[in-house]
Order: sequence, then C-alpha cells, then structure tokens
Amino acid sequence: MADSVLEMRGIKKSFHGVKALSDVNLTVAAAEIHAIVGENGAGKSTLMKVLSGVFPYGDYEGEISFLGEECRFKGISDSEKKGIIIIHQELALVPLLSIAENIFLGNEQAHYGIIDWNTAYRKTQALLKKVGLRESPAALITNLGVGKQQLIEIAKALSKEVKLLILDEPTASLNETDSDALLELLLELKRQGIACILISHKLNEIAKVADTITVLRDGATVASLDCRQEPISENRVIKYMVGREMADRYPKRIPNVGEKVFEVVDWKVHHEMHADRLVIKGVNLHVNRGEIVGIAGLMGAGRTELAMSIFGRSYGQGTSGKVLLHGKEIDTGTVQKAIDHGIAYVTEDRKGFGLVLEETIAWNTTLANLEAVSSYAVIDEGREFGAAEQYRRKLNIRSPNVFARAVNLSGGNQQKVVLSKWLFSNPEVLILDEPTRGIDVGAKYEIYTIIAQLASEGKCVLMISSEMPELLGMCDRIYVLNEGRFVAEFSAADASQEKIMHSIVTSGGN
Amino acid sequence: MATETTAIKAEEPKVGSGFLKNNLREYGLLISLIVIMVFFQVMTNGTLFQPLNLTNLILQNSYIIVMALGMLLVIVSGHIDLSVGSVSGFIGACAAVLMVEYHVNFVLATVICLAAGAVIGAAQGYWIAFFKVPSFIVTLAGMLIFKGLALAVLQGSSVGPFPAEFQLLSTGFIPDPFGGETLRVTSLAVGILMALVLLIVKVRSRADRAKHGMENEPYVFFMLKNIVLAGMIAAFSYQLSSYRGLPNVLIVMLLLMFAYDFMTSKTTIGRRIYALGGNEKAARLSGIKTERLTFYTFINMGVLAALAGLIFAARLNTATPKAGLGFELDVIAACFIGGASASGGVGKVLGAVIGAFIMGVMNNGMSIMGIGIDYQQVIKGLVLLAAVCLDVYNKNK
Repeated sequence: MADSVLEMRGIKKSFHGVKALSDVNLTVAAAEIHAIVGENGAGKSTLMKVLSGVFPYGDYEGEISFLGEECRFKGISDSEKKGIIIIHQELALVPLLSIAENIFLGNEQAHYGIIDWNTAYRKTQALLKKVGLRESPAALITNLGVGKQQLIEIAKALSKEVKLLILDEPTASLNETDSDALLELLLELKRQGIACILISHKLNEIAKVADTITVLRDGATVASLDCRQEPISENRVIKYMVGREMADRYPKRIPNVGEKVFEVVDWKVHHEMHADRLVIKGVNLHVNRGEIVGIAGLMGAGRTELAMSIFGRSYGQGTSGKVLLHGKEIDTGTVQKAIDHGIAYVTEDRKGFGLVLEETIAWNTTLANLEAVSSYAVIDEGREFGAAEQYRRKLNIRSPNVFARAVNLSGGNQQKVVLSKWLFSNPEVLILDEPTRGIDVGAKYEIYTIIAQLASEGKCVLMISSEMPELLGMCDRIYVLNEGRFVAEFSAADASQEKIMHSIVTSGGN
Repeated sequence: MATETTAIKAEEPKVGSGFLKNNLREYGLLISLIVIMVFFQVMTNGTLFQPLNLTNLILQNSYIIVMALGMLLVIVSGHIDLSVGSVSGFIGACAAVLMVEYHVNFVLATVICLAAGAVIGAAQGYWIAFFKVPSFIVTLAGMLIFKGLALAVLQGSSVGPFPAEFQLLSTGFIPDPFGGETLRVTSLAVGILMALVLLIVKVRSRADRAKHGMENEPYVFFMLKNIVLAGMIAAFSYQLSSYRGLPNVLIVMLLLMFAYDFMTSKTTIGRRIYALGGNEKAARLSGIKTERLTFYTFINMGVLAALAGLIFAARLNTATPKAGLGFELDVIAACFIGGASASGGVGKVLGAVIGAFIMGVMNNGMSIMGIGIDYQQVIKGLVLLAAVCLDVYNKNK
C-alpha cells in the first residue's frame, strides 16, 4: 500500500517465556480510522506499547515503519517526536493544574525557562476550539467531567503535531453524548489528514467511524476488514474475535418471577459533599423473586449513588426512605447490616472498590463473610480454601488454583472473583453495578449466564448498566433513571433503545 | 479465551528455584539476619554470642520489638505512628512518679500506665480514624505533646530508683529451682521445649494445609527453614542458660510475638486489618468497619508503647526526660526492613521482629567493634534504604 502511514510486520513479543504477541501485522493507511478489536488479553495494549516505544527496540521482534521510515524507538519520547501519540484509558492529566498547564506539560511555552503564559493561553484556546470544547484555558482539570478530560488529552496530542493518534478505550467511561462528540471529533481529525488507531470494545461505535477493522486474537492478527467497501456486521467481527460463532449474545432464560421481595420506598439521598443537593429525588422500586430488573440511565443520572446509598449508606448523606424485604422494613444503615439482611452490591469499579488486588482469590472470596469460614474469630484455612475452590469451579475462574493473586487475573476473571465474594455472602438481593464493564465478549457471556442462573435460583437481581443492549437482553423489567428520578418503567417486551432514550431526553431539564 | 490463562500460568509456582524466587523476601530476611550475626560474631572475635552479650542484646531490643508488633499493625492498616517514642518516655515518667513519689503499688501502677497508653492511643486514633486527619500529622503532634508532657511530669530531672519487684520486669530471669550453678536447667528446658513446640506446630499445620492441596513450599525448604529456626532457639537458650537463664522480658516478648503472629495470620480481625490497608474502599464495601478498626490499631499501639516504656524504665531503673528519644525511628525501620509496605496491606509480624533483631545486632555488634555512634547511624540508614530498595526492585521485576 503506497499511502500507508504505518506498517508493523511480524511483531512478536513475549514476557518471561509467555507469548503475548506471536505474529501481528498491521497497516494503517493515511487519514483513516483504524479500529483494533480483540478480547482482553488478545494483545491490543501490548501491541500499542510496542508501537509507542514503551517496549524499546530489541525488546520485541519484527519491523515497524512509519511514513516510509524504519523506526527503532527507544522510548515514548522517540515515538512522540515522530508524531505517534497514544492516549491511554487511564487519563494522564494532573487534576489540580489548569487546562493550559496540562496541555503544555513537558512542552512548556517558555523562553529560558520562563513560561510565556500569553502564548500558552492563546494556543490553548485555539486547540480547545479545534476539539470543540468551550472552557477557559485556566479552568482546573479536576472540575471537568471525564468526557471533557478526554477531549483535553486530544488537544494535548494536537499540540504536539500528531500524525498518528492512538486511543485506548476512549469511550469506556463516557456517556452516549460525550462518546458521540468524541467520535465526531475523530472524523473531523480524519478530514484534516490525521490517522487514528482506535481500540475499543464497543462494536457499535467502531461501526460508526472505522474505515478498517483489525481483529487480534491470541496475539496474532486474524483479520483485517475493510469497512469502506461494505458494512461489516457486528456478528462477523465477534466471530473473528472469539474464533467461534456467537449465536446468541445473551443466554436464553425463561423468567420465573415470583412475589415481591425487595422494595425501596421514597428514597432520597443528598450529595456526599453538598448537603443541600438532592442526588436521588424520591425513588420507588421493587424487585420480585427470580426477577432481573435493570436500571438504565446516562452517566451522572445517579445510578451508582442510588445503589450505594441503599447498600449501607455507602454514598451520600441525609438519606431518607424505607427499604423493605418481604414486606418488612429493614435497617440497611451500615454495610454489615445490609449484608446481614441478604443484600449484596457488586461494584462498578472492581479494582477500586471490589478487590484487594495484592491478595489471593481465596482471600477475596471470603472477605465479606469471614464468619462462615471461621470459628471464634479464628479462620479455618481448609474451609476457606474449600469455599473459594467451589466458587472458582462454579464461576469458571481461569486460574490454576485459588492462590493466584487477584492482580494477575484478567478483567473478566477479576469480575468473577468479586461475584464469588458476594455470592459467598449468600444474598437474597444482588445489586450489580455495570457487571460487564471493560470485559471481553466471551467473559461477558459467562457473566450473563451466572446472572441468569442466580435469577432462576430465586434471587432478586437489580442490574445497573450503561449498555442498553445488555439491559434489553437480560432484564425482565427496566427502570429509567434520569437526574435522580425514575422517568419511565418498561417491561422486557415493551422496551427498546429508542423508547429508553426518548424517555430520558423528554424528561430532561425538569 | 485461551489467552486469559496464559498470564496466570507464568505465575504458577514451580518447585524449587521458582518457589525460592517468589519467596525470596521471606527467606532473604532470615538469611540476612544469619549473615549479619555470623559477620559480627567473626568481627567481634566471638563476643556477640557470648552469654552475657546475648542477654544484653535481648534486653536492649525488647522494647523495640514490643513496639514493632503494634507498629506493624499500624503500618499494615496504611498509617504510621511517629509518637511511640515520646509516648513510651511519657509512660515511663508516669510510672516513676507513681511508684517513686506516690508509692503506688507496682502492679496497680503498671495497670494504670497501660490504661494510660490505651487512652493516648485512642486520643490519637480518634482523629485519624473518624476525622480522617493524616496519621503522620496527628502522631507528629503527639510526638511533641508527649515529649513535652514527659518533661513536665519529671520536672526536668530523673526519677528513680524503682521498687525491686518492678525492676524484675526487665532485669529478672525466670526462676531456677534446680539451682544449676553453671547451667540454668529450667531455662534450657523451656528453650528446648519452645523449639520442639515450634517444630511440631509447623509440621502439623503444614500437614493440614497439604491435605487441602494448599501447600506449595517444597519440603526441603520447609524443613530447612524450621530446623534452622528451632536450632537457633535451642542454641540461644543454651547460651542464655549458661549465664543467668531466660530473661523475664524475653518470655513476655515471645508470648506477645506468638499472639500477634497468630492474630495477624489466622484471625478475622487480622485479616480485616490487611484488607483495610490493602484497599480501604473494598474493605468498607465488604462490611468491614474500617474506621473502628483503625481506631483499635492505634489503641493497641498505645498500650504496646506504654509497655515498652515500662520495660525501658525498669531496665534503666530510672525515668529520664530523654527516655524514648528516637525509638520511633528504630521501630518504624524494623517494620520496613521486615518487609512491610509503606502503602499498607503488606507486612508480617515475624518480619518486623527479624527486622528489629537485624537493627539490634548491628547496633550491638558495631558498638563492640568500637564504631562511633556517628557512623553507626550512617550504616543503619544505608541498611534500611537497601532493604526497601530491594523490596521495590522485587516488586517491579
């Protein structure tokens, strides 16, 4: 290909004898959006680290040529000099510095070490305009939402005369509106001739913007699909990713819904910091035995706040309302009380709130219910091992034994450990907050199967998700939360993405 | 799908070299202690292990070890306590004033002092746990406050001597009814019994773990480690027995050591402290009362600092305004040399004890060799830095 900007040929890389990349070929054409997809562990991040020089030349096998030149990067600064800029999933901005300071961090507009703030602000303004962000260059990063921060990362890349922009899961923590804005910006950059590599799990977004899709599996390129000729169906991409046909993305289940078990009445929660701000404004909900109930809503609608405030007042202050179990009011004032009443909350942030990463699977599994494996406060290691092993098998956690440390597991397996922990506390009501965030298609299906299984065992499942197809595929009933209120409720048969979005949009601003 | 497992396979412990590699820290610590001991034994022409010196070594380090037990919990929970030196000095001063000036019975005075330690720990822990004031700052303030209070209580002068019964805490030895003139038979028997009990307990718990397929330490390492440990205990108690027997304070120390080791490794409260330090948010969402637990670790630290203060005062047989000066540094250093992580969640009781002994042997050995206090500090600083660098290097590897 004559007009290719980047060619990577026969890239191989291994860690301590374990192959991460066995043979990757990647060609990115000029001014195209090139999507890279693959399951977790397929080698996407490793490949990008090779490309950006995190792994220096010599650390891997194969050739990289950029703009027709053979490249041997020794570090990130080498690749940045060439105009290859990577934006990681975890944003690398300094929260308490201003936009302008962040954009020119390490590249200050200075003469003899003295910063020329006028130039910096002027240039920042121009860059912000380019990315479509109306903020003062002096605004602090910490006051901006994740979506805006992402745009600032892109502005920062533009300040370095980027020729190839790499985005690693840029929309993972963005809501739909922000995601759309970001994708729109990518298309705009493409028109200006900037090539872009987009790593994402969200196939619908890729379908919107990508010109080419490269699929990685087990550290090798399995397909490179040209979307300009004909639209590529999601199922086809998934088939390449998992190496098999994914007939159904959600397990079949026959709902067996019983009587009303769990009920929350007139729930009101105030903001954790600002006591006068009502975050949840009087929510009523109920979950029946064996039912999976979804909560849809945009980022910031108050979904996590609602769940965590119910679970032992873990969020917010001045909380009021009633929680009922089997028609009787229960006290969920502390996490321990909530657990004792059979409520479990599986967090959306498994690394931050779910796991003690340095510890083992067994250790994490029993953490919320240590009493069950101990007598007189002395832990019986045999019982602990038995319990953890049982859940390892039941949930199919891929690890040789339960003594593997959580930090070494993939996202999907970590999520299963968090689930194990809560299943081991023997709950009647499970609140799942984004149960499949950031995990790959195959692991998602397994999580769905577990959720379906729990419902069939008669548990009540309350499932929060940003992915509407997931809610539509799994739930018997869906509440729509917007700005701290339920604005609609749909049965599975009635619900559709359009209806949910419509209810959110029409309720806005009230 | 297959890719998910590959990352873990690399972690799977291989027998022998692989195991040693993964557990380098634990063995490394014990080996360093032995190497340092042998080094100073040679450099001091055998003075180090002479019965008299060995007894002194234990007496000199007992209060550091007692405090290191509490400090380990504080560090594991993700905090630090800079005030322990001042607190122990203040409590020593209180004990002196109570016993010498007010003639309070020594048992009652001891109880009052330990309770005072608990109150001090609670007073500091309250701000740290419930008001989220950084422990560094609260205990820095505590350090100044109690240093000042110790001066005030003693009115700037030394108070002593203590009643004879109280002195026995530090200078007494376990009684020897058989009256061995050259060898204290009871002490030797107790020492050998301890070594045997240790071996039996370890072997049984290993068998128990092996039954569930939970054991991955190769048998050779296991036996070698424990035989070396048991041998050391037996040999030391033989040496000590040929002087005046096992010191009372050693018995106190050993009992505390075993109690804290058991507490941290086997009980739910120990487990919860590690969870608190490892990931506080996850711990809280798992139903652990993180604030109360933090509060308790500081109360515990206060009591142990008080006990250390009593031991130290009894040893000097007088309370001086300078008592406890700089102890916190040795205590914290012992924990970090012993493998505790400054970010919390990691650290073992036995590690902290070995860390304290490494510092103690170095202090003692260098003093015998005639190295001045100036360079002793330089060397101790370098050893601390090296130990922690090694940890960080191991972690990043």
